[in-house]
Amino acid sequence: MTKNWHLYEVFIRSKNGLAHKHAGSVHAQDAETAVLSARDLYTRRGEASSLWIMKSADIIASDPGEVGELFDPADDKIYRHPTFYTVPDGVKNM
Amino acid sequence: MNIAENYIGATTPSSPKTAYMLRLADNALILGQRLSEMCGHAPEMELDLALTNISLDLIGQAKLLFEHILTLEDLAPNADVLALTRPQDQYTNLLLVAQPNVDFAHIVLRQYLFSTMQKIQYEALLGSSDKTLAAIAEKSLKEIAYHIRFAKSWVLRLGDGTPESSERMADALDCLWRFTGEMFERDNIIEQAEVSGLSTDFTSSYEDWQMEVKDGLAEAGGLVAPEVGQMIMGGHKGQHDEHLGHILSDMQFMQLRHPGLQW
Repeated sequence: MTKNWHLYEVFIRSKNGLAHKHAGSVHAQDAETAVLSARDLYTRRGEASSLWIMKSADIIASDPGEVGELFDPADDKIYRHPTFYTVPDGVKNM
Repeated sequence: MNIAENYIGATTPSSPKTAYMLRLADNALILGQRLSEMCGHAPEMELDLALTNISLDLIGQAKLLFEHILTLEDLAPNADVLALTRPQDQYTNLLLVAQPNVDFAHIVLRQYLFSTMQKIQYEALLGSSDKTLAAIAEKSLKEIAYHIRFAKSWVLRLGDGTPESSERMADALDCLWRFTGEMFERDNIIEQAEVSGLSTDFTSSYEDWQMEVKDGLAEAGGLVAPEVGQMIMGGHKGQHDEHLGHILSDMQFMQLRHPGLQW
């Protein structure tokens, strides 16, 4: 891998109305080739109707060392889960 | 002993219509096979997938064409026999598509030169008197648009890149340009295809194609197509250079060794 290649993250939307989901990453020299490579690597079997690409370096991530203070307080608050509803039969993408 | 003699099941087309389609099929098949050699050998994993994707697109186009040809004329018991068992002089592909994968510059330039022509050639089939052929062309054109986008972006990048990359692009252009005249060559088969309404005349777009490609090359760090005294031709008549033979020895081996082999 030469120094000219950057790492990009690939997000795929499978169909209109759904959200883009992280699919993986590709190496590329620039935005244009990143789109082409992502198309070749992640949409070969009809997975996508749209692609988002971003430089991995641009991701701002939470600190793994702060997992406790960030996420643990949500563990014991079951009343925040929407489990007290019944979902009508016809609804597909909840 | 000629191993092929016992197994050859394909006969040459008797109608200009199937002969013309066989050219289209052979171009797609041979370039697809050539690109498949890069599986596991491209400079990066991403490019490996890109090249083999294009290869599969082309082999898919060839398969549709071979199968359609067989519904029109009984040249072989099935598409595998037609595609994979003919002797070399019965392949009517362009010389360009059999040229070797010398380096990545050769690969992307060959693709750029071929796909930009193939786009014009297939657009001339959209109003074909043969509805199946028109449908195959329409489907293929989407793939071709992507092949051009991929190849052109790499021609630009390498031509306008480092001293080494632009030198390699210039070498590839010196080597491959002499095969481009054949792509627009007129002969009896193509004239009859036009008369019968199978295809409109795409060869008259030769100058437009040259202008488009030369513009693209100029943009790629000022690449200039060499002056070629005599374009090299012969593929349409089955007169090939040594490169096709090497492709066929790989491509035909299994079908000749195990006739009727099915996946």
